[in-house]
Parts: sequence; C-alpha cells; structure tokens
Amino acid sequence: MSEFDHDHDEGPNENSGVSRRRVLECMTWAGTGVLWTVSGGVPRSLGLVGSAQAAETAGMTFLQISDSHIGFDKPANPNALGTLEEAIGKINAMPVKPSFMIHTGDITHLSKAAEFDNADRIISQAKLDVHYVPGEHDFIDEEVKLYKERYGRGTKGAGWYSFDANGVHFIGLVNVVDLKAGGLGNLGTAQLEWLEDDLKGKSKSMPIVVFAHIPLWTVYPTWGWGTEDGARALDYLKGFGSVTVLNGHIHQVMQKVEGNVTFHTARSTAFPQPAPGAAPSPGPMKVADDKLRGLLGVASINFKPGDQRLAIIDTPLQG
Amino acid sequence: MASLALRSLGRLAIAAAISLCLNGAHAVETTNVMIDNFTFEPAQLTVKVGTTVTWKNRDDIPHTVVSAGKFRSKTMDTDDSYSFTFTAAGDYKYFCSLHPHMTGTIKVE
Repeated sequence: MSEFDHDHDEGPNENSGVSRRRVLECMTWAGTGVLWTVSGGVPRSLGLVGSAQAAETAGMTFLQISDSHIGFDKPANPNALGTLEEAIGKINAMPVKPSFMIHTGDITHLSKAAEFDNADRIISQAKLDVHYVPGEHDFIDEEVKLYKERYGRGTKGAGWYSFDANGVHFIGLVNVVDLKAGGLGNLGTAQLEWLEDDLKGKSKSMPIVVFAHIPLWTVYPTWGWGTEDGARALDYLKGFGSVTVLNGHIHQVMQKVEGNVTFHTARSTAFPQPAPGAAPSPGPMKVADDKLRGLLGVASINFKPGDQRLAIIDTPLQG
Repeated sequence: MASLALRSLGRLAIAAAISLCLNGAHAVETTNVMIDNFTFEPAQLTVKVGTTVTWKNRDDIPHTVVSAGKFRSKTMDTDDSYSFTFTAAGDYKYFCSLHPHMTGTIKVE
C-alpha cells in the first residue's frame, strides 16, 4: 500500500470513539515525524517526505517528532539512535525548512545523561528550534533533574509553557508526573489552573495547538492510554474555533475529531507498539527487520478549513 | 566424616521442622513477583511478617514498584529487580509509577 486515505466514510459513529477498523488501519504504520503547516490559521499536516515536496508551502510549517527513546536497544529496534538519525536526515532533506519542531516526549529511554546527550546531538542536526514536553521516560533519573536542566528553562511546574508563533497559540503540557495508582496520565490542579489563566483573554478565533506526551483523550484506558483530567483541559478549550491536540506515547498514528477539536497521535522514531488490545501488553512490537523501515513512513494530515474531519495519507519510506 | 555429615543433616532437619512449625499451614512458598506484559504476577500475594519480596522486570520497558509512604523502587530496566522486607502486618497496595494501570497488593500477616 503506497498511500492511504483515512478520510473515508465510517458512518455516524465517527466521533464516538476509535473504531476497531480504524485502529487496525492505523497500526500499520510507524513513522519518523509529522510535518505541520498552518495556512490561513488552520493547521494542516503534510507528509514528512515525498508528498511534502509537492505540498503547499504557504503559511507557517512546523514538525512533530516523538518517542525517540534514545537508549532503547531491545529486539523491536536495537538501534533507536540510528532511526532518529534517519528521521532527522529526512527533515534536513526537505525542500522547505520548517519554522520549528516540537518533540512530544520520551526523548530518552531511561533518562540517562548520555541518552539526553545523544538525542540532542542528533536532533540539533536539524538546526531548528525544538519545543519539548517530557514523557515518563524522561523523568526516571534518580534526582529527576536532567530533563528540567536541559529543557525546563522558562517553564512552569514540571515543565509546561506556552508560546505564540505566526498567530497560533501553542501550549506544551506535562501529563506524566504524579500519576495515581490505577489511573491514567495526569495534569494536576496547578497546571489546569495555569492553563485556564493562560487562555484568558485569548481571542476565540486564535488557533490553538496543545501538545503533551500521553494522549489527552481516552484512547485505551486498559493500557493507560489517556489522561485522567484531560477533559478539564478540554473544557477550557471550548469555544475556540480551531483546537489541535498533538500527542505521542502510543507509537502509532491515531486521530479523532470532536467538534472543534482535532486529536492526533504521532508515530515513534524508535519502535512500533501494538494497536489497542491487539497484544497482551502495549510493549514494543517486534516486526521483521525488513519490515521496520517499511513501517517508518510519512503521514500527511490535512485539516481542511470548514471541514472537521482530517484526511491522512500515509506513505511508507520503503516498500 | 560420615557421622559429621549425618549430624549436620540432623540439624538441618531440626531447622526445617522449626521453620515448618513457625510457618504453620500458611507456609510461604512465593516471595517473587514477576513483571511480564505490564502485569504483576501474582498481583495479590500473602506473606508472613519478615518476608522479603523480590520484584523482577522481564519486560522490554522499564517499570517501578511504589507503595505510597511504604516503599519505592528505583526504575527497573529489563531484568533488574527490587527487594523489600515486610516487617509489619498489613495490606500494601502498590503500583508502577510509570504505568499506573499496573497495580498489585502484598498482604502481610
């Protein structure tokens, strides 16, 4: 399959959750990054490679990478550093340089200083500003200080912040700390209060992009794929005309549109994970060696003005 | 030599008998909790006061075991383990602080 359009008709249940069929379709890809462009105030995403060259380049373009898991060396991908390097190589080969990049967490696998160093050495080769949010794998050094030392400057609490770029308001949230037994991702009261305050006075016509590691929407609670108090955050975003929520953590593309909000999860640059419920656990999914890079692909996600559905065209890097 | 061996065997037997007597019908057989597929196995474990329980991570993803105010392991990478000795009776609920849907209980009597 060289490309796939997710914007097919799935009937009236489209917004009621992730259908089994869609889940199975989405699990087929693991990729390198998602290229986003904001044109006329509406974020659209383009294929990372190939299709990006033909895509419109007007407006502001930014890139999302996620879950690089530097330090991971298990059978699902013994060389996570190498595949990150390949992803950055693809970004560098793009004819139009993105304005900046966001990384939606799990930069490292075990929060070791050398892992952060290696990740930075590769990612910096893109020569782009990178806006990070942490994953749970970035907070497991004993003193829980390495992530904050490197990426926490100018952020609040565990590392949340916001910034504006080309008329779009970007909000980076942290939902991987103070997790409660039996629960999901967690934002916490302090961060939610900050968010409410951050949005105060913002024009409702200003496009909002929220990014965090764990999906803010409930993807699959059995595997912890969701955020306990994510609904409260989304409450504050009601009334805004265009809200895009970008997450990682689940190492596969998944998307949902609910009213004014578009949810999207990016693929990992390190290893794929199974579709919800398709395996005994969400652990790294081992595929045949010659298949891994076939799974590393490109995703083109289009947010059409006035159209609440997204259209995704995926093209694998190989095969 | 032979009598020495016999004598130490006898001591062993006595020690075993005492231990059996102390543990009574609730003899502890398992003090290990395996972590496989994001699951603690067994998820519920009953042990005697003084028992040391060892958790071992056999997943390709790191895990922790945390019981609020009671014990907290370092992050266990693949094949790492963590041990805790329970010196007081009670129900110890614990979870993985990285994957909080993973929960378990050690019942200490």
